[in-house]
Amino acid sequence: MVTLNFVVLIPFLAAMLNPLFYKKGTRLHIGLLPMIVAVSLFSYLLFYIPQIANGKTFLHTISWIPSYGINFTTYLDGLSLILALLITGIGTLVILYSIYYLSENEQLGHFYTYLMLFMGAMLGVVLSDNMMVLYVFWELTSISSFLLIAFWYQRKRSREGAQKSLLITVSGGFGMLIGFLMIYTMTGTLSVREVIQIMPEMTGHGLFVPAMLLVLFGAFTKSAQFPFHIWLPDAMEAPTPVSAYLHSATMVKAGIYLVARFTPIFGGEGIWFWIVTGVGLFTLFWGSFQAVRQTDLKALLAFSTISQLGMIMSMFGMGSVALHFGYSTESVFYSQATFAALFHLVNHSTFKGALFMAVGIVDHEVGTRDIRRLGGLATIMPITFTVSLIGSFSMAGLPPFNGFLSKEMFFQAAVDITELGIFHMDTIGNLIPIVAWVASIFTFVYSMIIVFQTFLGPYKEERLERPANEGPGGMLISPVILAGLVVLIFLMPNMLGNYIIRPAVESVFPTLVTEMNLGVEISAWHGLNTALWMTIGVVVLGILLYSFPRAWRWIYAIFPIGWSLNTLYNFTLEQSVKSSRKFTNSYMTGLLRHYLMYIYLFFILLVAGAFVLTGSYDFTISGNAEISIFEWIIALTLIIAAISILFAKSRLTAILLNSVLGYGVALLFVIFRAPDLALTQMVIETVTTVLFLVAYYFLPEWKKENEPRRINLSKLLISIGFGASFTAVALAVQNNRLFDRISTYFENSYELAGGRNIVNTILSDFRGFDTMLEVVVLLIAGIGVYSIIKLKAGNRGDKFENQ
Amino acid sequence: METLMIILTGVLVTIATYLVLSKSVIRVILGTAVYSHATHLLIITMGGLKKGNVPILGDDDVSTFVDPLPQALILTSIVISFAVTALVLVLAYRAYQTLGTDNMEELRGRKYE
Repeated sequence: MVTLNFVVLIPFLAAMLNPLFYKKGTRLHIGLLPMIVAVSLFSYLLFYIPQIANGKTFLHTISWIPSYGINFTTYLDGLSLILALLITGIGTLVILYSIYYLSENEQLGHFYTYLMLFMGAMLGVVLSDNMMVLYVFWELTSISSFLLIAFWYQRKRSREGAQKSLLITVSGGFGMLIGFLMIYTMTGTLSVREVIQIMPEMTGHGLFVPAMLLVLFGAFTKSAQFPFHIWLPDAMEAPTPVSAYLHSATMVKAGIYLVARFTPIFGGEGIWFWIVTGVGLFTLFWGSFQAVRQTDLKALLAFSTISQLGMIMSMFGMGSVALHFGYSTESVFYSQATFAALFHLVNHSTFKGALFMAVGIVDHEVGTRDIRRLGGLATIMPITFTVSLIGSFSMAGLPPFNGFLSKEMFFQAAVDITELGIFHMDTIGNLIPIVAWVASIFTFVYSMIIVFQTFLGPYKEERLERPANEGPGGMLISPVILAGLVVLIFLMPNMLGNYIIRPAVESVFPTLVTEMNLGVEISAWHGLNTALWMTIGVVVLGILLYSFPRAWRWIYAIFPIGWSLNTLYNFTLEQSVKSSRKFTNSYMTGLLRHYLMYIYLFFILLVAGAFVLTGSYDFTISGNAEISIFEWIIALTLIIAAISILFAKSRLTAILLNSVLGYGVALLFVIFRAPDLALTQMVIETVTTVLFLVAYYFLPEWKKENEPRRINLSKLLISIGFGASFTAVALAVQNNRLFDRISTYFENSYELAGGRNIVNTILSDFRGFDTMLEVVVLLIAGIGVYSIIKLKAGNRGDKFENQ
Repeated sequence: METLMIILTGVLVTIATYLVLSKSVIRVILGTAVYSHATHLLIITMGGLKKGNVPILGDDDVSTFVDPLPQALILTSIVISFAVTALVLVLAYRAYQTLGTDNMEELRGRKYE
């Protein structure tokens, strides 16, 4: 249905119309239009759920550049639907929240325009089937994220954070583009669906692994996986609604989406499994480990997002082995990890969105998000406290919240994967559940920090910017809805599982769908299995670690502060700026001569190089006209006069020699049957000479150029080289006439233009406009001459000159 | 004749390039003037030399003319190059008046000193 293409385009349209809406000065809030757009898109997408759950998919193409196979094709299946619902659903709540969060004095017009731009781009990413179109939308999300992070562009940290995120995500996107092009080289199509069908035969292709690595590079930078995660904490400089929307719920999931979408293409290979699982697991550990030491609530949430994204990523890695087995019971067994990944993807969006909004409310009300200054807010802000409690406990993996379910499934998957007999699992495979478990302990600890250090303990009003109050009702709506969903999903997980997650799993494993049912029955109680024991262990150890921080915090001191990836990033950025400035200054000397030399040298290299390399130089003197003695004399005179200019002692000699050249050329014009030219040349040459003489009156005497021999020699070499190349080209051109001359047309001038002098009719009739514009040029030059002589720069100009 | 003319333009271009690379402004301007001579000669040479009559219709018995198109181009070019020379000369004059030098090396601005 074509309407799906409009789903992508409508937010862009809204972004365009938004400024107009803003200008009108209506009493309605400017966030209303984006809000309506988001709500209606969300409700519209809801109608697709039953059909998608029945295994239907929707495809529609609008031709764009068909000759290159680039078309705006939208493809809606379970996987795209899950993301599209998150984008529009969370989008609605975030816009509602932002209406109350941002004050009227902010540049709201910009904010909502960027937000709509992002929503359209993100929908484009998840709905596009064509890889080139997907890439364009992908970069658009990076750009809109950049604009939103730098929303408070007056702050240095916002600008730096925006720059960092742009540099990292766009370079990842660029790598991904190259990966796409490699896939195109292998399969000859840009459509993801077609690639999925062709690719299994291509696994031995030389480009298979490079393409896989590049696509993963794009996904990892976008989803803030180690070591590219460093941009996400800095992106927290954005307004909180943006952090909740882009940097936890949607944009950072684009990389996860990409991994899921490309699992049927690259999955089933050991290298894909190890990279996705390994990077994901390490990111899970590193993010949670770093989150514990943060004191800024938003930075803590940023690291926790990194960690959770790593967890989802690793589950996609584990699930991908199902493709290795084809139709078998093992496939169903391992595909459960993918199910868990998608389940957690939804859960994470709900509880992390709620947490971000709650932190935003705290920040909004008391003016700080530093946990060392916060405390005791539970009684003052009961609703915010409840939301945070639900969000944090869900994140920590505690019942009765949805995070418990997906965390259990994650543990189960991590345990199950150790039984995999391939990909060297028997040697290091046992590390997977251990790392998962350790990381979950840290997750538990930081989740507790969020709730207890913010809301419990002593209330220290003197350390806050303003006395605490519960947030305004409008701001609470969205987090309460999300927290409600957290509980609701725990109570009715299979509704989500059957209608939304199962179709998405099916689109990750399109080859397995026909044979078996990939749905999973989610239940809160599995009996006392390994996963549950792991959770109990997490809780016990987590409480111990939280209660006695002094006993283990010293491990953070092991790594010196200077040894971070951020230092590396800053160093690289600084050095590249420094070295490029140095490089530019080395050749941009401000000397006209140097610039001209670059031009000449380039020309010489290009022309001489082309002649030498292609060996196509061709030149004869046959067909030349006769040369009479008189003409020899003129030509030699001109050559001698020209060379003498260089040795002229005074400027008067030089200008007279130039006149010799001019009159000589006029004589040649006479010989070459061009009387008009000869006449004009005579007149102009005379006037030019007079002009030079007048100028001489005002300019200093011509001094001998005392320059080092080396410079003179290089000048001479460049001049001769340039003259020689010029001559070579002219000779080659003269001897090769590719087309008939067009002048025969003008020879009809008497009938066409009513004049017998062909040259004159060309100027005044055939090309009359050219001549008119030539007169304009003369006029401009005349005005220029007059104003340069007459006008003096005012004080303002002097001031700038002296700066 | 064409080959001779092309060699002549080559010599003119060499001289002009050398002049343009000089330090003194007046030599640079002179160099551009020599460039325009070279260019005019080149254009007319490309049209073929002495291969017909003057391009003015008159007696019916003459039916071959030299190429009139390059001539029209050159006519335009002569006038334009004159305008440019005049402008640049005045610019040099003004620069000398304001800054007191006609040396390109001294004219490159404070940033580089």
